[in-house]
Amino acid sequence: MKYSYFPGCSLKGTGRAYEESLLPVFQALGVELEELDDWNCCGATAYMAVDEVKACVMASRNLAIAEKAGHPELIAPCSACYLVLNKTKHYLQESPAVQKVIQAALKEGKLTYSGNVPVRHPLDVLVNNIGLAEIKKRVKHPLKGLKVAPYYGCQMVRPYATFDDQYNPTTMDRLLEALGCTMVNYPLKTRCCGGSLTGTLPEPGLLCSYILLKEAIKRGADVIATVCPLCQFNLDGYHDKIEAKWESVRIPTVFFSQLMGLAFGLSEKELGLHRGFIPMKPLLAPAVA
Amino acid sequence: MAELTRTIKYEADRVKGFGRELMSVPGCEDLQSCIQCGTCSGVCPLSIYMDYSPRQVMALTRSDFKNEVLRSHTIWLCASCYACTVECPRQIRITDIMYELKQRAIHEGIYVKNFPIPVLAKEFYTMSRKYGRITENILAAFMFLKTDWLAAIGMWKLGLGLFRRGRFSLWFHAIKRKDELNRMLATVDNLSIDELKDERKKASKAT
Amino acid sequence: MDKNKQDLRIGFYICHCGHNIASMVDCPEVAKYVEKLPGVVLSRDYKYMCSDPGQELIAQDIREHKLNRIVVASCSPLLHEHTFRGATEKGGLNPFFFHMVNIREHNSWVHTDRAEATGKAKDLARAGIERVAHHRALEVKRVPVNPDVLVVGGGISGIHAALTLAKAGKKVYLVEREPSIGGHMAKFDKTFPTLDCAACILTPKMSEVGAHPNITLWTYSEVAKMDGYVGNFTVTVKRRPRYINEDLCTGCQECIASCVFKEPKFADEFNEALGKRKPVYISFPQATPQVVLIDPEVCLNFKKGILTDKCKKTCVEACGEKQAIEFTQTEKLEEIKVGTIIVATGFKTFEAERIPQYGYGRYPNVYTALEIERLVNASGPTSGEVIMRDGKQPQSIGIIHCVGSRDKKTNRWCSRVCCMYSMKLAHLLKEHTDAEVYNFYIDLRTPGKGYEEFYDKLLEEGVHFIRGRVGEVTDWAFTKEEEGKLVIRVEDTLAGYVRRIPVDMVVLSTGLEPQADAQDVRRLFNMSCGTEGFFLERHPKLAPVNTFTDGVFLAGCCQGPKDIPDCVAQAGAAAAEAMVLIDKGYVEQEPNTAFISEQECSGCKSCIPLCPYTAITYVEDRKVATINEALCKGCGTCVGACPSGSIVQNLFEDEEIFSEIEGVLAK
Repeated sequence: MKYSYFPGCSLKGTGRAYEESLLPVFQALGVELEELDDWNCCGATAYMAVDEVKACVMASRNLAIAEKAGHPELIAPCSACYLVLNKTKHYLQESPAVQKVIQAALKEGKLTYSGNVPVRHPLDVLVNNIGLAEIKKRVKHPLKGLKVAPYYGCQMVRPYATFDDQYNPTTMDRLLEALGCTMVNYPLKTRCCGGSLTGTLPEPGLLCSYILLKEAIKRGADVIATVCPLCQFNLDGYHDKIEAKWESVRIPTVFFSQLMGLAFGLSEKELGLHRGFIPMKPLLAPAVA
Repeated sequence: MAELTRTIKYEADRVKGFGRELMSVPGCEDLQSCIQCGTCSGVCPLSIYMDYSPRQVMALTRSDFKNEVLRSHTIWLCASCYACTVECPRQIRITDIMYELKQRAIHEGIYVKNFPIPVLAKEFYTMSRKYGRITENILAAFMFLKTDWLAAIGMWKLGLGLFRRGRFSLWFHAIKRKDELNRMLATVDNLSIDELKDERKKASKAT
Repeated sequence: MDKNKQDLRIGFYICHCGHNIASMVDCPEVAKYVEKLPGVVLSRDYKYMCSDPGQELIAQDIREHKLNRIVVASCSPLLHEHTFRGATEKGGLNPFFFHMVNIREHNSWVHTDRAEATGKAKDLARAGIERVAHHRALEVKRVPVNPDVLVVGGGISGIHAALTLAKAGKKVYLVEREPSIGGHMAKFDKTFPTLDCAACILTPKMSEVGAHPNITLWTYSEVAKMDGYVGNFTVTVKRRPRYINEDLCTGCQECIASCVFKEPKFADEFNEALGKRKPVYISFPQATPQVVLIDPEVCLNFKKGILTDKCKKTCVEACGEKQAIEFTQTEKLEEIKVGTIIVATGFKTFEAERIPQYGYGRYPNVYTALEIERLVNASGPTSGEVIMRDGKQPQSIGIIHCVGSRDKKTNRWCSRVCCMYSMKLAHLLKEHTDAEVYNFYIDLRTPGKGYEEFYDKLLEEGVHFIRGRVGEVTDWAFTKEEEGKLVIRVEDTLAGYVRRIPVDMVVLSTGLEPQADAQDVRRLFNMSCGTEGFFLERHPKLAPVNTFTDGVFLAGCCQGPKDIPDCVAQAGAAAAEAMVLIDKGYVEQEPNTAFISEQECSGCKSCIPLCPYTAITYVEDRKVATINEALCKGCGTCVGACPSGSIVQNLFEDEEIFSEIEGVLAK
């Protein structure tokens, strides 16, 4: 089984650990992810703020390259990339005028796009295509006793709730439970982490992250599992500032794929667990027996 | 005693047509049916820092108070989490309207000098156009250098931490076929947003 | 049939209809054109044909010019065919020598080119002239109306309609699906704005229904089938088994006390699942009829609804000599004949789980409005004490308006009564608990008599009114005072701040929707539904209780959300409409029935199974089919199907139709 794979700028930069853990996990399940040839930045949220038409062009180039690659579907792990690529597909479908402009732009780049490549999220593929049974088979070290707060963030479930419920998504919950984790009752599953505001306007941005961290600890979680590189960065990288402003809420935040890798028996180094600011190490000894 | 200011708005304070023009963008027409219920502000996690709540921005936009809207903090504080859009009982695409307002503010240069968010947006735009990809820490560095030197210095610990953990890129990430991307973007360079909007409006009327 | 064109004396009238027709059709020109057509004696154009002088003109012209055919080109026959037939009759001519041509809905209102519209008007007029030559004299059919009435639904609307008719001396069948009549009103504690106790004003009417000799009350029953037409409906009613003989049960309830289940164990539907009942139960103390019933799904004498007879049956013992318990009871079908039907099947409340952000089902102390009615009611599961699911009494309560209503994602409409009942609940809760009460609204709708004054009263009581649609109800606490509470996050749009308000209890004012089986019920009674799913009235302003099916009327919330005064008013109106038909005693029907020409009938019987009104029968000895004129509704199915063409339909005979077609096509 082969899928096209769109990493996005973050997974090659600060979110490196997401790719490092995701690829071997898929491989262990017999699925190969082939990185899109010469993919470009999707535009994320910032581009839309400047020029929507060009944002569509940027995204469409990737869709066209994916179509050329020939694999039936494209996986985009970063929530923002996932949203932007899907949003562009919607625009192309709904507006013939946008279609015309985009096709003309693609032609200039000697590319074509006929709208056939679905853009999927890795959680969706793992749970709905590969299936929990297959995943359970590969669990060598069940993560028993590890209490996890599932954090989905906003852009994976809003505005397009393609594969899970918008208010109470459970795909990641079910996936992590299959690894042996205990999910904590976390009401802030889809509340915004502050996005890019944590860097540009620290007070409001960091408050959003602080709220998530504080509640996870209060609910008894040992670790927060995320799906988005920016969420992981926000929840993991600003603890000094958060402590200075409010209080210490040091709880590790990891990617769900890193937990999967641990359960599958891969090493911490392989999975990029050393890249987080708040280490998960103390938790691992009793959990990964 | 603090200085007193008059807050009355006369018809001359409105920029007639601003609201209508924005609502002609496909996807923004539903703003016409806003009942000002306040659900958007109620669910917005950033609304507690906004000078005008999202609901007020909708009302001001519809009533053509362009200057008040484009100078507000609200449009920059929007993190595009889409909570408002999914909760709105009239299904108004509030987040997309916020994007439209951001675009207008940037195009007209209406924002406080050195305000980090539009600066970040412009840097993002420039970097992705030039290289085809974003190098996050360099982008952040540019943003800080252009807005607040001192804040940049305050980020040294984070920068070092990222470097030590191998999450710090030392040089620009770039695509190979930059020329291809540039040619593609050039085809829409001369295309103004308004032009495309009218076409999109005609098309959406036909379907 | 007067086919000889020489004998034809046709009068043609084209109406301007003010601007409606004249703005797009050159009426004088059409009149001039028609004047030249063969058979036409006079051709006039007139501003308003339907006016008194207009009608008088037709009558006068018939007498003066000895006209024997009339054609009027104006609006839709639905509106004025009857008017002009009347005018024709007044002039001394059989009304069916009149033909109407629609040049408004079919022409002037749908075209934008004046020249083309005028041309089309000429074509249509010519077609009418050709057709009317073939019209024959016909007599209007009179069908007797059965004086009995069926009222479907025993809520306040059904009860009032049934009582009104019964008091007028009519025999009424009142069929109700639940074990008792009373509907939603029986569940309410007090009613707005007077704060009358709902049960106190309803139960006297319920008793009256139970006792009235003219009302046959069938509860725990549903209408299974309806056949027939106005004045002559045949209805099959399915009576579900209660396992109790209604005539023998006295309502003493000894059986309930002695049931093998010492404690009630099963969710009590009447108390919105807040309380419990036993397998043998009575819905509520004032139930009418005062008869218990047994639930075969949980009674130990049954297994999965099938009788096993394995229980001790202490209930039968307690019933003693009355011997009212009959475990062998089965479903019964009753067939009744009525002349009119009033549908008053009511509404259902919006399911609060559909809005997960408000936490219903997730947080135990989030309630729906109907649950609160039972909670504050003295005969409810907590005897009127406001005790929450977690056993505590609330010190702060948030009431959220518009749950499910005014929302494109759920129901677009406003449910009309929720603002008032939310205020009523605010008053009752404050009275019972002295808690801080907050009402969160978008708009306050208080249109009725005494309603705005009720709002004033609430303000004086210190209830907090916050204008803002609630974003979410959550249990995550940001400050110390929010710990352990439900936090309501909302924008207080009037004060201009986003607020977080911690409360102990949240009440969701859910909206009104059509019943879940509204689509099935509407098909049963041959009615339509509007876009929202409520039953469709014939005209929203002028005929709010009639449907498009003659003889079937609507009353109450099944037609749209409304409060009790409006329900009662509509029920009275529906009863009056039914009485119009009953007291007149007959209905006049169009003589557009079909008849069979026996010489041409081959006896193939193809037509018989096709008739939806079972009006065609086979006559053995003559080996032909024959149509019962009284049952025929003129649908035309048999006419089209007959292979030998021996069935003819009045007003739509072949010559009439073909000549009309030729008239349109001729140029």
